[in-house]
Amino acid sequence: MKISQLSIFLENKEGRLWNALDALANGGINIRALSLADTSDFGILRIIVHDPEKAKKILEENDFIVKIIDVVGVELDDTPGGLANVLKLLNENNINLEYIYAFTHEKTEKAILLLQSKDLDILINVLENNNVNIVPSKEVYNL
Amino acid sequence: MIWNEEAECMSREELREIQLKKLQKIVKKAYENVPYYNKKYTKLGVFPEDIETLEDINKLPFTTKDDLREGYPFGMFAVPPKEIVEVHSSSGTTGKPVVSGYTRKDLDNWSEIMARGLNMMGIHEEDIIQNTHGYGLFTGGFGVHYGAQKIGSIVVPISTGQTRRQIEIMKDFGTTTLIFTPSYGLYLAEVAKEEGIDPKSVGLKAIGFGAEMWTEEMRKKIENDFNAPAFNIYGLTELMGPGIAVECSSQNGLHISEDYFLPEIIDPNTGKQLEEGKKGELVLTNLEREGMPIIRFRTKDITSLHYDKCECTRTFVKMDRITGRSDDMIKVKGVAIFPSQIEKALLKIDSIEPHYQIIVNRPHLMDEIEVKVEASPDIFFDEVKEMINIKKKIEDYIENEIGLRVKVSLVEPKSIPRSEGKAVRVIDKRDLH
Repeated sequence: MKISQLSIFLENKEGRLWNALDALANGGINIRALSLADTSDFGILRIIVHDPEKAKKILEENDFIVKIIDVVGVELDDTPGGLANVLKLLNENNINLEYIYAFTHEKTEKAILLLQSKDLDILINVLENNNVNIVPSKEVYNL
Repeated sequence: MIWNEEAECMSREELREIQLKKLQKIVKKAYENVPYYNKKYTKLGVFPEDIETLEDINKLPFTTKDDLREGYPFGMFAVPPKEIVEVHSSSGTTGKPVVSGYTRKDLDNWSEIMARGLNMMGIHEEDIIQNTHGYGLFTGGFGVHYGAQKIGSIVVPISTGQTRRQIEIMKDFGTTTLIFTPSYGLYLAEVAKEEGIDPKSVGLKAIGFGAEMWTEEMRKKIENDFNAPAFNIYGLTELMGPGIAVECSSQNGLHISEDYFLPEIIDPNTGKQLEEGKKGELVLTNLEREGMPIIRFRTKDITSLHYDKCECTRTFVKMDRITGRSDDMIKVKGVAIFPSQIEKALLKIDSIEPHYQIIVNRPHLMDEIEVKVEASPDIFFDEVKEMINIKKKIEDYIENEIGLRVKVSLVEPKSIPRSEGKAVRVIDKRDLH
C-alpha cells in the first residue's frame, strides 16, 4: 500500500540536479513523479520510479546519497476542490503533513497525491475510514 | 623617544654578555625547579653547566606547545603557587590550553617591555590609549594595559566590541592611540563613517595592532582611514604576551627586547639554526621569567631576523612581520584554529565522514569561516528541517571546540578533493601575503 519514494541529497551546486537525472536516464529509469525541496544550501530531490531499488543503485554508483522512503498515494478527482477535501479531512483528524506533491496521469484522468507524515499508518487509517481511495504502489510504478 | 636607552641601545658585545649570564641562570633555575626540564635534560645528558657560550643553547632541546600542554595547568611553573600573582591562558586550540603564570616581577618585566614598545610608537604619559584588545584570559588586553600604566598614559580599557561606544569615547575623550587587531580597526573606521564621524578627525597619533596576520595594503588602509601611523606588536602567551617585539618609527620590522628574550631562527624541518636574514621558524627563550621559564620555544611563526643598524638607534635585532606558520594553524578573527580541532568536533557526531575542508574568507573586513562537510546516508534525512538541525548541531560542536561560529555546508560524498599526500584542509582565500 505504501509507495517507495527515492529521496536524494543534492548539494547546491551547478548541474547537480541534471547529474542525478542524467544518471537515471542512462540507466533506463523513467520518472513518474518528482518534487524538489530546496534551501539556500542544499536540496532534496524526491522521485517515484518504476524500480526504486535499481534507481537507488544507479544513483549510489554515481556518489549520490539516496534513501528509500515510504509515502502514501491517494487518488483524487481531477476537479476543483479535490485536494482541499482531503486536506480538510486530515486537518479534522489532526494529521500534520511533512510534505505533499501531486501529479496527474492521462490513463485514469485522475490526480494522484503523494503524502508524507510522521506516522504513515495513522494517516492510512484515517484515509481508509473516510473512503479516500488509496492508490496501490504497483499501480503508481506501472503508470 | 626611547624608554630605556641603556638597555635598548647597548652594544652587541654588552648585550651578548648579559644574555649569556641570564641564559645560564635561567637554564639552571628551570633544571632545578621544573620537573619537565629536569627529566628532559637528564635524559639527553645536557646540564646547566654545559652552557658556556650563547651558542651552547644549541645543545638544549626545543620546547613545543605539546610539552606545555602536557603540563596543564601548572606543570611548567618554577615557583610555588603563592608567588604566582596572575595567570593567562591560550585559547586551548589543539586540546588542552596553555597556562602562563606570572610572578609580581614577571608582571613588572611585562610592563617594561610593553612600555618600550609604546614609546617606540611615540606614545608617552600625555597620551590617551584606547585599548580594544580583550581583557581576560587572552594576554592582549592586560599586556598593553600594563605598558600603558608604566609609561603613565591614560588607558581606556574598553576591550573589543561596543563599537558605537568606542567611537563616542574616541571623540569625547580625545583618544590619541588606538590598539586593535587590523580587522577590528578597519571595522571601527567603517562604523565611524556610518555615524558621520570621519576617523581622521579624531586626531590619532599612533595605532598599535597585532594578534592577526595582515598585509602592507591593510596597514596602508588603516593608516589612511585614521591618518596615523600603525605599528605592529608581537607577542605570545607562552613567553609573556604582547610586547615581546614592537615596531619602531621606521616601520620596518619589530625590535625584540633581547635582554628578555633570546631569538633564534631555525629550519622547521631540520631544527638547525639559520643565519641572519634567512626565513624560518622563530624560536624564543625567556631570559628572565620567574613564574614560568620557557626555553627554546618553537613558536611556529615564520619570520627572519636582521641585525643591521636601525635608524631609530636601537640596537635590538629586528624581526620581519610574521608571514606564515610552520604548522597548519590559521588565525581567524585573532583566534588560532587548527584543522584538527574541526576534525575533533566532527568526530563527536556519529557517522560523519572525516572529509572536510575549511574555507577562510574575508569578504568584507571581517573573517568568515565555512566548513564543508561531506554528508553520508546516516546524516541524510528526507526532511529539510532535520537536515538544518544536523547542520546546526555540527556548527554548535565546532563553536564549542574553537570558540567561533562557523558556517557549515553539507556537500555530497567524494566532492571534497582527495590528495595523495597531506590533505589540503584549509583554503585561505584572504589575501594576506
